[in-house]
Amino acid sequence: MSGPVDVDALVAEARVAIAAADTTEDFRHVAAVVSGKKSALVEASRALGSMDPDARKELGRQLHEARATVDGLLEARRTAIRYAELSAEMAASRLDLTEYVPGEAAGPVARGHLHLVSQTRDALEDVFVGMGFEVAEGPEIESDWYNFGALNIPPAHPARGMWDTFYLHLGEPESTLLRTHTSPVQIHLMERAVLDGTLPIHSVMPGRCYRRDTPDARHLAVFHQIEGLVVDRGITFADLAGTIETFTAAYFGPDIHSRLRPAYFPFTEPSAEFEVTCTICKGEGCRTCSQTGWIELGGCGMVDPAVFASVGIDADEWTGFAFGFGIDRCAQMRHQIADMRALIENDIRFLRQF
Amino acid sequence: MRVPLSWLRDFAPFEGDAAAIAATLDDLGLVVEGVEHVGEGLGDVVVARVEEIRPIDGADKIRLVVVSDGTGPVEVVCGAWNFAVGDLVPLAPVGSVLPGGFAIGKRKMKGVVSNGMLCSGPELRLGEDRGGILILDADGAVPGAKLTDVLGIEPDVVFDVAVEANRPDAWCMAGVARDLAARLELQFAVPSTPALLARVAPDAAGAAVPATGPAVATLTSVRVDDPDLCPRFTARVLTGVQVGDSPEWLARRLVAAGMRPINNVVDASNYVMLELGQPTHPYDLDQLAGGGLVIRRAGAGETVTTLDGVERMLGRPGPGLGDTGQDCLICDATGAPVGIGGIMGGATSEIGAGTTRVLLEAAYFVPMAIARTSKRLNLRTEASARFERGCDPAGIDRAAERFCELLALTGGSGLTLADGVLDVVGDVPTPLEVAVRPSRVNGLLGTAHTAAEIAGLLAPLGMEVRPTGGDDDPVEVVVPTFRPDIRPAPMGEADLAEEVARTYGYARLPRRHPAWPQPGRLTPYQRERRRIKDVLCGLGASEAWTAAFVTEADQLAAGFAPPYVEITNPLVDAERFLRSSMAPGLVQAVLYNADRRQGDVRLFEVGSVFRLPEIPDGDGPLAVEEERLCAVFAGEGDDAWSAVAAWRTVADALGLVGWTMEQGPRRGGGARVSHEFRSAALVGPPARGRARRVVLGEVGELDPTFVETSGLVGTDGRPRRVGWLDLDLATVLDPDEARRKPLESAPISRFPSSDFDLAFVVHDEVPAGTVEATLQVAGGELLESVQLFDVYRGESLGPATRSLAYRLRFCASDRTLTDDEIGGLRSACITAVEQSHGATLR
Repeated sequence: MSGPVDVDALVAEARVAIAAADTTEDFRHVAAVVSGKKSALVEASRALGSMDPDARKELGRQLHEARATVDGLLEARRTAIRYAELSAEMAASRLDLTEYVPGEAAGPVARGHLHLVSQTRDALEDVFVGMGFEVAEGPEIESDWYNFGALNIPPAHPARGMWDTFYLHLGEPESTLLRTHTSPVQIHLMERAVLDGTLPIHSVMPGRCYRRDTPDARHLAVFHQIEGLVVDRGITFADLAGTIETFTAAYFGPDIHSRLRPAYFPFTEPSAEFEVTCTICKGEGCRTCSQTGWIELGGCGMVDPAVFASVGIDADEWTGFAFGFGIDRCAQMRHQIADMRALIENDIRFLRQF
Repeated sequence: MRVPLSWLRDFAPFEGDAAAIAATLDDLGLVVEGVEHVGEGLGDVVVARVEEIRPIDGADKIRLVVVSDGTGPVEVVCGAWNFAVGDLVPLAPVGSVLPGGFAIGKRKMKGVVSNGMLCSGPELRLGEDRGGILILDADGAVPGAKLTDVLGIEPDVVFDVAVEANRPDAWCMAGVARDLAARLELQFAVPSTPALLARVAPDAAGAAVPATGPAVATLTSVRVDDPDLCPRFTARVLTGVQVGDSPEWLARRLVAAGMRPINNVVDASNYVMLELGQPTHPYDLDQLAGGGLVIRRAGAGETVTTLDGVERMLGRPGPGLGDTGQDCLICDATGAPVGIGGIMGGATSEIGAGTTRVLLEAAYFVPMAIARTSKRLNLRTEASARFERGCDPAGIDRAAERFCELLALTGGSGLTLADGVLDVVGDVPTPLEVAVRPSRVNGLLGTAHTAAEIAGLLAPLGMEVRPTGGDDDPVEVVVPTFRPDIRPAPMGEADLAEEVARTYGYARLPRRHPAWPQPGRLTPYQRERRRIKDVLCGLGASEAWTAAFVTEADQLAAGFAPPYVEITNPLVDAERFLRSSMAPGLVQAVLYNADRRQGDVRLFEVGSVFRLPEIPDGDGPLAVEEERLCAVFAGEGDDAWSAVAAWRTVADALGLVGWTMEQGPRRGGGARVSHEFRSAALVGPPARGRARRVVLGEVGELDPTFVETSGLVGTDGRPRRVGWLDLDLATVLDPDEARRKPLESAPISRFPSSDFDLAFVVHDEVPAGTVEATLQVAGGELLESVQLFDVYRGESLGPATRSLAYRLRFCASDRTLTDDEIGGLRSACITAVEQSHGATLR
């Protein structure tokens, strides 16, 4: 009768054999020897059936572990060999990229397409530039102060529930976050203008924002907004309403109008939600607009005196308005995209439609 | 919030159709998200008795039912089986129109004529499906009676109103009615309980005034240890209470408003909250140890089991910013917790069938404290939502009194209300005085309201107004405590300007297109970023939008070692890092398309990538965020050369000059997804007097190991060759960083140019770019262009060498170059290349 199987020895043998393989061909051979159907490990497993339960349990456990070890070694070796082979190939076929001969790269292809969101953003920017706005941008990682505090949303304020926030493992807990709106750019702009003495401000601020919402047909966790800010002398709500109306007609077309209704945002007062004529039914009432003839587009209002106070602007000398809405939402409305998630699939057949 | 129009009419005589009222509510900022018509279209439906049920030949799903509607037998065909002869059921006779516009006509089924329809609950919009026809068991249900009379249904409209977070006052029927009445110029008043009863249940017996019992202090006690969390706490005690059902009208109102009736005590509390916005909490006094309440701050780690059966730990700050861990506990007189103040009661003192003595709590909690506790516990209730926004500390008594009066209707003949109120008052908000300057209101709104007009618009909202003089003098406004959204001046002026605008009507505010002298424009960076994207499109690349959230494996594959910028609360746990490279996302996008038989693609993306600073700097940013342009060229025949061609086109479009390619191991290491033997760093010369070289990005081909691991494998089983371009836009698009062509134009020569070709055999180690640079110098000012046009490798040339053939074009601005001059230039070029690079002319 043969003695109990020395599992450790089997593993040690396999380790040596695997380490010795240095080509794919060698490796296939070694893999068959150490873990194939006729390998010593598999043979040993077959013998388990004829053992008494206790011994079987113990040996079974050892064999299972050995098998895992050998598989791990094999996978690591396979990756290493593959890496070495590819590296050798690359070394043998290194390119001098300055050896560029015009016309020898892959031939002409059909023109590519800007992402629909980019096209929408560009079109929106162009409308606002035509109306006298500059375009400003800011970072996507923000501090609590720029995203909330300076915008009159102090810590633990219930209004924070309006934005589901992604926080980052940076600094104090919940002190650094992914901006939930483009409004922090307003604060940066105003701070800079105060510092440089360059008020007034007439800017729009497009950019990427983040909210911790599970993506669905109408929402994405990562999305794009465009925001506008005017700070000047003598600016009133009438200017805000007029600006929204001019924009609406310029972007959506002359048949599309806007209306404002009261709303609450911590950073504007008075605040309003703005709606535009439903682009599907042109105001007649349809399913898209729930028979109202209007589609909600964004929020707006007069800059809250508390926001001016946080950036050091005298609210008796300067007044201002701000507005903001979703770029992706505009694209969805204009092109009747049933599911917003099509925007992030990057299916070339989708991208090429625009 | 569900708001029945019939309930609103308690407060003011609202007329007009539902659509007009909904539009008015919208325009007040009380956004109507839905309008539900209930009990309409039932006018013709009558009660009928089932007299006979007969099968129909050839039909096994429908039967002929003979009913009597009080006037005679009616034969109807019916598909429901849940009733029997003798049952009372609703009959919609021929000619009636059911809710939703469903007209009932004579119909023939299987040769049998049906003279009407027996109706189910949902068909009448009366509750849920009970498995067939609605069977009536109400009093007064006799054949021929009108269904609406039997069920006491009146047509009503329920608005689903979204109340803004800053308007706790509007989060009740009275609040909505107050705004609506102000706009419609109707008188608003909260009815007394007898007046209310006269409206809702004119025939009902029962007095709404409980008898007075012994002094409340003899029955219970209240002690507030921490008035900073609970500035006002009142307790009333009702004894001899019989717990039972609420009055029919009250239960029906709760249902219409979306709440489930439970018993007369709980219902009265809920009714008061819905009507007046003040949450109250009834306790079973006999279940309170020591027979009284203590209101105090929770000790660190103290636990309480709330009504929902969950044990909750309190008194410790959570991770949230600004959370101080200060929680308000309601305890019995022995100090044992019986509930979390303003959020949820505990199970032990809940009202039960056997409750006879009720202690009613009506209190004011500090909003921010409720918000903190509610957020940390993730426990939001009707009460907490109202308290955290700010209830009216002055509205407590009216609400508590209403509760007692309502409970008196059904609370039993022995019901008595203990004399007096235990009322612990600390530092509660008081009415605010704000001086409103008409100039400020008009300056914000663009209107021309006088002081009197402003006062007239604010008064109906419950504001006390006192004009102080002329049209332009300030209006003194006393803001009631139910409007915590109005702040002290100067902010309060803007808040009140909004109130003026709301009552006046946003739609009526003027519109003006503003103008200013400053021009609108894109920055040069923004213009050129657009140009670069257009160039990429022209090269056949489409723009992608790939995931910003990536896995550790993605980061490692892109050559970035941890640590990374990490999200504390990711949506998907594995995807908890902000991307440091767009390469994994773009390769996955190529794969996505390849899986859909669209493998032949070029994609690019402009977006932010993130990493931690190499050397943490206390004052510097916590994370580095860069806007980059990345492109993958994975089309048919694409490889590094596609990317090189793209880069050269981009550089040309932007007018970038002087850049070079640094091949081989990357200086300073750093992450890379490209392979060192097939890529180059793009390096700019020091621009505008700067000493250091600038790295613009890299160009080349993705590392095949990365490509293979990503699963992008060709039909031959080998990793696909993917050209790669990665540009740091902040550098590339900054004229102070990446050198541009000079602004000054160079005159074009009117004289003909001369070409000659030179082919050199050059060792593989010598980059073609350096040979070209040598030719540029040797050719001097007369050299118009130099172009590599052929690369040849062959055994005849010797090992590790290749032939590089250049076409050089010369031109002078003031003359035609002579053969001698050309000859001299040719010799100079040959000598320079031979000497500098050990090359030989071929």
